[in-house]
Amino acid sequence: MATRSKMILGRVAQAIPVVMGVVVISFLLTRALPGDPAAYFAGPAADEASIAEIRETLGLDKPLFQQFFYYVGDLIRGELGTSLTTGQAVLTDLGARLPASLELTLVALLLSCAIAIPLGVLAATRPGTWVDHLCRVLVTAGVSMPTFFTGILLIYIFYYLAGLAPSPLGRLDFIYLSPPHVTGFYLIDAALAGDWETWLGALKQLILPATTLALFTLAPIARMTRAAMLSALSSDFIRTARAAGLSDRKVLFGYAFRNALLPVVTTLGMVFSFTLGANVLVEKVFAWPGIGSYAVEALVVSDYAAVQGFVLAMALLFVALNLVIDIAYALIDPRIGLN
Amino acid sequence: MLSIKDLSVAFKTRKGEVNAVRGISLDVAKGKTLGIVGESGSGKSVTSYALMRILDAGGEIRTGEVVYGGIDLRAASEKDMRDIRGREISMIFQNPRAALNPIRRVGHQVEDVLIRHAQATRQDAKAKAIAALEAVKINDAAARYDAYPFELSGGMCQRIVIAIALACKPQLLIADEPTTGLDITTQKAVMDLVGDLARERGMGMILITHDLGLASQYCDRIVVMKDGLIVEEGDPQKLFTDPQHAYTRKLVDATPRVGASIRNLLPPETRTAEPAHKVHDRPLLEVRDLVKTYPGKSGPVQAVKSISFQIKSGQSLGLVGESGSGKSTTSEMVVRLQDPTSGNILFDGQDIAATPSARFMRHPMRGEIQMVFQDATDSLNPRGTAASAIAEPLARIARMRGSKLNARVAELAELVGLPQPLLSRFPHQLSGGQKARVGIARAIALEPKLLILDEPTAALDVSIQAIVLNLLVDLRAQMGMSYLFVSHDLNVVRLLCDEVLVMKHGEIVDRGPTAAVMDNPSHEYTRSLIEAAPQPPNPVAA
Repeated sequence: MATRSKMILGRVAQAIPVVMGVVVISFLLTRALPGDPAAYFAGPAADEASIAEIRETLGLDKPLFQQFFYYVGDLIRGELGTSLTTGQAVLTDLGARLPASLELTLVALLLSCAIAIPLGVLAATRPGTWVDHLCRVLVTAGVSMPTFFTGILLIYIFYYLAGLAPSPLGRLDFIYLSPPHVTGFYLIDAALAGDWETWLGALKQLILPATTLALFTLAPIARMTRAAMLSALSSDFIRTARAAGLSDRKVLFGYAFRNALLPVVTTLGMVFSFTLGANVLVEKVFAWPGIGSYAVEALVVSDYAAVQGFVLAMALLFVALNLVIDIAYALIDPRIGLN
Repeated sequence: MLSIKDLSVAFKTRKGEVNAVRGISLDVAKGKTLGIVGESGSGKSVTSYALMRILDAGGEIRTGEVVYGGIDLRAASEKDMRDIRGREISMIFQNPRAALNPIRRVGHQVEDVLIRHAQATRQDAKAKAIAALEAVKINDAAARYDAYPFELSGGMCQRIVIAIALACKPQLLIADEPTTGLDITTQKAVMDLVGDLARERGMGMILITHDLGLASQYCDRIVVMKDGLIVEEGDPQKLFTDPQHAYTRKLVDATPRVGASIRNLLPPETRTAEPAHKVHDRPLLEVRDLVKTYPGKSGPVQAVKSISFQIKSGQSLGLVGESGSGKSTTSEMVVRLQDPTSGNILFDGQDIAATPSARFMRHPMRGEIQMVFQDATDSLNPRGTAASAIAEPLARIARMRGSKLNARVAELAELVGLPQPLLSRFPHQLSGGQKARVGIARAIALEPKLLILDEPTAALDVSIQAIVLNLLVDLRAQMGMSYLFVSHDLNVVRLLCDEVLVMKHGEIVDRGPTAAVMDNPSHEYTRSLIEAAPQPPNPVAA
């Protein structure tokens, strides 16, 4: 146990140079963007002199390494600069929008795991039957339909035709007040405040976009679960377990599933990261005030502080995600980190 | 106690149906051990899976009946079968490490069985699991309880598998190649343990093995299987001394044993005179103070501790030892796939250890030292044909091209007895013996002076092993090669080698002419190795 916690600490330490690299790259990347933020900020009527003046106030006339120096200094003080478009501190913007994206992504992933993993397990235990075929059809449909299309389709059916879903406009209908900010996750904040009416309202808004994303992420998870279960079930130790008379349930879940979990967790990590990217389209369709739409808007107008903040936030999120997955690995498989 | 009558098992495959077992009948009496002996594909394992009803998908019992203690196992419900498995009839398997759940503590795996068969409750499961581990003579069982399979040696894993199988005190134990992949002393320890426990508990046993010698030592009766049929059945001693069926005769002949020459392994009608190989006085290889140290978790590990030996031109040297003895590390250093920590390897008077292994590929002596690898399947590129495998050293090192290359490949195939049409096949389309021939042809393609053979027959059936060993003897005489033959099988080393080195913990503990070392071992360790090897009864000369 001591070696394992040491290994986890070591893994956390390894994340530090990655974070430093991310800071450098996010800085260089935004400087490489086309367009002149000073010109944009000054407006279309500005003359050369006022643009130069603005450039000076933004610090853009300084040499690159000096700008980097200022940037790191700001970062240490927790300042990410001010967005040119919204006029607010980037940190405030991100603080408001990141939870919205995360809430959407996490709910979608929970939903998709809840369907995909049992489906994959069932398909693996009954290869060639209708469950297996259903799994295959769902997987093919899931990957072949683009998210904006499924999103619009769902809105058309459930909002326009059936009238079951609320209007697809953001995280909460205007008749509710947003819950007091604790985590930024409306479902959690509303529950903490005991405001179940708002909770239900937030859930209703969430269901359609989350389903859209879930349909998209279902495919890789179900596929991987099926493949991993198939290979685990054909292992020698399953034969030992069966020869010892262990029950089907024990063989399936105690022995096969835990061994199949490793590739599934790997896939989950990958799916999570590409879902954060795929969010942009879903956020646009459902007018979700998430981080993806924020980044796209900022990018279009070379709002470098906002883009820089976004890249940094995402990169940190991925570093954290990989960390969590590696630790999950170590918890699932005792062999990892010791050889 | 167990009676099988006219059992047939068929598998549905993409190429149609395969009849794996074709109407066999056998009986196991209480407290007796029955050996089922046969080579791969004989249906011996399928028979045991069928009676446990744990056949792989696609396998089905077609005819026959299996009666255990008055219960018809073929007709029993799946629920009843689950109660019988592990409780009445248990199995142990080959490759023990893979037979255990890799991510579950071994103690918990024992508990699973105990709890399943109501032999323990959650409260006393741990104590009973530890008792079950102690029953299979695991030292410090309480500490091993928390171990994972990867933390234990192969022999220890097999003890755990046995503990799981015997935890609920079954009446019948099926041991399916229980010692394949284990060292020879471990094999003896495991077999003695199983034999003692069976005797103590009055347990019936079925021992499935390809090793006739092992079966003759531990079984009361033996059945010999071939292509899904029982070809002969009888008392072990009698099977050896007076085999009735031609196939049994062939198996008996092919089993390496004391007093047999290498040609004796072949069927009588194919035996020719054994060619003599000439040993010159000039040393071809001289190894001086060779040391290999690996950085380990808890300090450096000395795999090879300053060993020196030499191989004379034309001589065959056997290198014997158990896993972890450093014999593979030594052979890899000699073949220049690994760099020694210190020491010299003089080949034809030149220190080849001075050239790092990464650059030895371009060394003019690369073609002089070649290797035949242990696993004929894994050492061939699955996407390359037999011809391309043999051609590779010719094209890369000898820079041969075009029709000259093809002619040489054909010539080599001829030399190792590989039929020409097989050259265009891929490894998965070849049998084990054919793959071994490809591996040998590739190794001798450049006419090396020294051939390193790393357990070249370990994965082969005995009858194929006999043929491959004889091929090696012929090639040696024909090409004047020296061999460094790495093996754990003393009987094989005795057949092939002029001199032998015995390694233990990275040191050479015994050395000398093979016959002298084997007949009068001076070191205690050599003695224990020789005693552990199964000694099949000597058949009467044909």
